[in-house]
Amino acid sequence: MTSNIIIVIIVTSLATYLSRFLGVISAEKIKETSKMFRWFNCLAYSTLAALIARIVIFPSGSLSEIDYLIRFVVVILSVIVFYITKKNLVYPTIFSAIILSLFSNYL
Amino acid sequence: MIDIKYFLKGFKSIKGVGSPAIALGASFIAIGALLKNLGFSIQESIFSTFLTYALPGSLIMAESLFIGASLINIFIAVWLVNARLYPMTVSLMPLLMHENQPRWKYYLSCHFIAVSSWLIMKDNYKNIEKENRIDFWIGIGTATWSVAIISTAVGYMASDFLNKDILIGLAIINPIYFICMMIGAMKTLQICLSVILGTILGPAFYFISPEWSILFGGLIAGTIAFFVGEKNDK
Repeated sequence: MTSNIIIVIIVTSLATYLSRFLGVISAEKIKETSKMFRWFNCLAYSTLAALIARIVIFPSGSLSEIDYLIRFVVVILSVIVFYITKKNLVYPTIFSAIILSLFSNYL
Repeated sequence: MIDIKYFLKGFKSIKGVGSPAIALGASFIAIGALLKNLGFSIQESIFSTFLTYALPGSLIMAESLFIGASLINIFIAVWLVNARLYPMTVSLMPLLMHENQPRWKYYLSCHFIAVSSWLIMKDNYKNIEKENRIDFWIGIGTATWSVAIISTAVGYMASDFLNKDILIGLAIINPIYFICMMIGAMKTLQICLSVILGTILGPAFYFISPEWSILFGGLIAGTIAFFVGEKNDK
């Protein structure tokens, strides 16, 4: 089993590094002022947004036990805290964890 | 070799109001606890974060091990969920490339590309001379990567004390951090549209194919945003 885990870890890391490595190779030929660069910039932000939306809306693991309405409310409240604290990133993150555990226990 | 002044400047990005340390720490503590429950040793858990350093990939790995998927299936599933790193790398590295810098720095430091380090670099690169950006980036990468590795170990050791409520709290921190950072990054029409359309299309495509939803949703959202942005910027 142990050697199995090591192999799985290596396979996972290779599958991950592959995209990073190919990215550098492609980047060698792409100027930061080109259209291609701007397109990839859009793709990077949109795939990130898609990923994050998926984590919140269709979570796996412990978040999936929370009702989606509660998740939604926690996200909205945390974004409000983000704006109130002048775009501080520490407060909304800590706030979200506290408010979520309160909601999941008392609602 | 590496300009220590810029390296340290990048390294310090884990301090202060924009710090990713809490968000990163929270999610990798959860990963450490998860890996322990899956039967990993502490060395294997640390090794995993050390080598992969991409959260969704590690989660897929854990799920696949749990259901006993084959190696090739694990490879494909991880590649699919981490393929977002490709456009992220292509849209970051041209900003860092400079003829005076050796190539190995780029091929080695691309390992540090993950959502939090990428968003920090995107937020700060304009303040750094182009020639020094790669050293600044290696500083950011080393700092965020170290936080991830240390947190994995902490999560592994603390797993007995992490009850369900704490794990749920830990699980929300990272998405909230990313959402706030993305909102902070929405400064041009193209990026605004990319983020908004990606948020809608990613989950929408989930109904068609959960595995491909991020890539398809992202590709279509980003391409629409690109064309609309190009048309309106002229």
